[in-house]
Amino acid sequence: MNNILTQIGIENYIFLCVVLFCIGIFGVLYRRNAIIVFMSIEIMLNAVNLLFVAFSTYHQDTQGQVFVFFSMAVAAAEVAVGLAILVSIFRNIGSISIDNLKNLKG
Amino acid sequence: MSTVLILFCVLSAITLLTAFLTIFSRNPIHSAIYLVICFFSIAGHYLLLNAQFLAIVHIIVYSGAIMILLLFTIMLMNLNQEDEVHKPRFTRLGAIVSFCLVCLVLIKIFIDSKPIVEYDYTGEDYQSIKVLGKALLNEYMVPFEFASVLLLVAMIGTVLLSKKEKLEK
Amino acid sequence: MDTNLALVLLLTPFLGFLINIFFGKSLGKSVSGIIGTLSIVVSFIVTITLFLQINQTQKAISIDLFDWIQISKFNVSFGFLLDQLSILWLLFVTGIGSLIHLYSISYMHDDENMHKFFAYLNLFIFFMISLVVGSNLLVMFIGWEGVGLCSYLLIGFWHKNQDYNDAAKKAFIMNRIGDLGLLIGIFILGNLFSTLDFTSLETAIKGATNVDTFWLSIAALSLFIGACGKSAQIPLYTWLPDAMAGPTPVSALIHAATMVTAGIFMVTRLHFLFDLTPEIQTIIAVIGGITSLVAATIGLVQTDIKKVLAYSTVSQLGLMFLALGFGAYEVAVFHVITHAFFKACLFLGSGSVIHGLHGEQDMRKMGGLKKAMPITFWTMLIASLAISGVPLFSGFFSKDEILMTAFHHNIPLWVVGSVASIMTAFYMFRLMFLTFFKEFRGTEEQKHHLHESPSLITIPLIVLAILAAIGGLISLPTNSWLNGYLAPLFAHAEHEEHVLGTTEYILMAIAVVGGLIGIGIAYSKYISKNEIPDEDAEITGVTKVLYNKYYVDELYDSIFVSSINALSKFFRDYVETGIAALVFGFGKAANELSFQGKKLQNGSVGLYLFAFVLGLCAIISYLFLAQ
Repeated sequence: MNNILTQIGIENYIFLCVVLFCIGIFGVLYRRNAIIVFMSIEIMLNAVNLLFVAFSTYHQDTQGQVFVFFSMAVAAAEVAVGLAILVSIFRNIGSISIDNLKNLKG
Repeated sequence: MSTVLILFCVLSAITLLTAFLTIFSRNPIHSAIYLVICFFSIAGHYLLLNAQFLAIVHIIVYSGAIMILLLFTIMLMNLNQEDEVHKPRFTRLGAIVSFCLVCLVLIKIFIDSKPIVEYDYTGEDYQSIKVLGKALLNEYMVPFEFASVLLLVAMIGTVLLSKKEKLEK
Repeated sequence: MDTNLALVLLLTPFLGFLINIFFGKSLGKSVSGIIGTLSIVVSFIVTITLFLQINQTQKAISIDLFDWIQISKFNVSFGFLLDQLSILWLLFVTGIGSLIHLYSISYMHDDENMHKFFAYLNLFIFFMISLVVGSNLLVMFIGWEGVGLCSYLLIGFWHKNQDYNDAAKKAFIMNRIGDLGLLIGIFILGNLFSTLDFTSLETAIKGATNVDTFWLSIAALSLFIGACGKSAQIPLYTWLPDAMAGPTPVSALIHAATMVTAGIFMVTRLHFLFDLTPEIQTIIAVIGGITSLVAATIGLVQTDIKKVLAYSTVSQLGLMFLALGFGAYEVAVFHVITHAFFKACLFLGSGSVIHGLHGEQDMRKMGGLKKAMPITFWTMLIASLAISGVPLFSGFFSKDEILMTAFHHNIPLWVVGSVASIMTAFYMFRLMFLTFFKEFRGTEEQKHHLHESPSLITIPLIVLAILAAIGGLISLPTNSWLNGYLAPLFAHAEHEEHVLGTTEYILMAIAVVGGLIGIGIAYSKYISKNEIPDEDAEITGVTKVLYNKYYVDELYDSIFVSSINALSKFFRDYVETGIAALVFGFGKAANELSFQGKKLQNGSVGLYLFAFVLGLCAIISYLFLAQ
């Protein structure tokens, strides 16, 4: 099979991932709802995963995909724990707007 | 315009559009749905790059597990009819500024990097399940095992954190 | 052996000081007094031993303890020079010192801080000894400063009274002004000759051929200013009358016999320097003469018994400087010794009177004490005759020598000195007549308690009176033991032995007649005409000017004290607030900085995320774009 990248070109993949990453950052800074912030973080992670796979195709190496594998495992664990924390915060304060989490004010 | 390129463009458009909509929709349930569609499109990208195992795993883990979890949490906290007060003007401006900044920085970096002259093609199989499995269990044996420990710990942590506290009567 | 003797001589008083200051309170009054007196008596005995030794060998003892300052060519060692002059000084310092210590045991008996008094007295003797035996100018300076300090401590001994504290401060500050002159002189000499040792300086100055007389004159003048401060000459004399605020033994010891003679000692020690600068010698003589006259005029109308004696001291010191100004060092030393005898006797006698009247010092309230205090009366009478220059008493011989020397060098100054001597006779006998003759003018209660003072007070009086009477024997005009004793030091042919020709006899006669006229005027005024000095409010005219000391204190106050006060006020108001604002400003700046920095930690997660992203951008751009 031909290297698909000869037809698409790696630059396109790079631009796509960069823009996706930036959308993720924007979402983190812009939204106040903690759940939406989580989702934006997942978007960022996915952008990076995609870039890894694209480069593994570019280098014809399997290591990129191994890394993506582990990255997915970690993302799963992170979402689980993060949501547990979020739920306990909700039980304590009653809202999940990150503007209300100001107890570290010093 | 080859079919591959058209496919790539369509998939990219869906990815970016849904990601954008995720951030900007009012209703969290809508955001979750849009995110699911985004993940599916990324799985499509993986398939385009011939990483079949990863595509399936991606759908199972992300769309199948993570998004379900998120949806359940949203519904648990009754965020369906959420209307958020706008953040102060300054913060929105700051967010837009930083978005543009990061975007520009990264694009500049990639533009300034070395031009890509040739694409290797050796023809040998580098990403089938067989090769991936061999790599995981030979070279990356230790991280592989530790990933399972990580998942176990995460599971225990989650259960502990979300236990309801027993009120003293 | 000599070193040990010298160390015992110097350190025994210091040991007495230490014992008294630390353990005096627990030892009790009598024991601390005895320890204080004994330490000085030990020094006196050592002094006598050394005196006999020196008298026999005619050689000075030079002791070098250790090298003190060494800077390339400039070497100063810590050592003692025990030659004829210093031993002579030590004899009367420790001798009169021990008598006054004995006196103080009884005089200060009622004071609760008696141990401190003896401690300070011992410390004073220690510093005085180190002043006298120092082998170089720096060791002398240690003693110089030290006696100034002890003078301050002792004048302000009764520190509960603020006026006494002010008097002590005044004494110390005026001394200090003089000390500046002394220091400048020391610096100039050290610069010119790279040494401060007396023997080395003598050889250097006498042997120097191309020495710059201008700088020598400046040095001599500065040294003389130092002597003015310490020995109360114009313009630095106003502290001495105010120093009478201290207890009477202090006045007797410090301000009559020992500390005020330090200036004369210093000039005599450095005679080789002053011999080379005749202009400065003239200045010394003139200032001495003027001081003598001015102080005598002020003393004519004072009513406090101690103030009269204080101005008398200033006047007599002026006479000594008059002698020094003509290069007649042995004459000045002779007068120092006789003056120490009769002035100490007078002060101790006045102390006895004050003690008997329970603190009364105003002569207008005394009188008729002849019957009640006979020993005091007779001893003070002998001392007064001595100071007035009545023949055959010690004062006659020494004062005559001074006046003869003045006549041979400078007649106007002879006139000044003679007038001062006549006034001295007048006011001394005024003091005697007002205090001891006629009827008692005090309160009835004081009259009942009049009695002679205890023996510890009268014994020193008797001893000093005897010395005042026969002290003249050490330097008779024809056969002067003193001149022979001091000859090795003043190996110059300047001082001619006064051949007793007709001029000298006429001069002697004039002086004696003048003294008797003074006594006669006093007699007629206060015995025949029964006058009593006016109360303060009724004094007018010339008397008022004299009574207020020519308003010199007020003059100094308006010129110097007010301007310094204004300067310090300016500094306190502006400079200090400025500096405080600057220093506090640092603290305030740090505070403000932290206050602004605190705003970074407002706890909002959004801000933290924002900073996170910005930092990430910065790092990435640094890593990739800035290379």
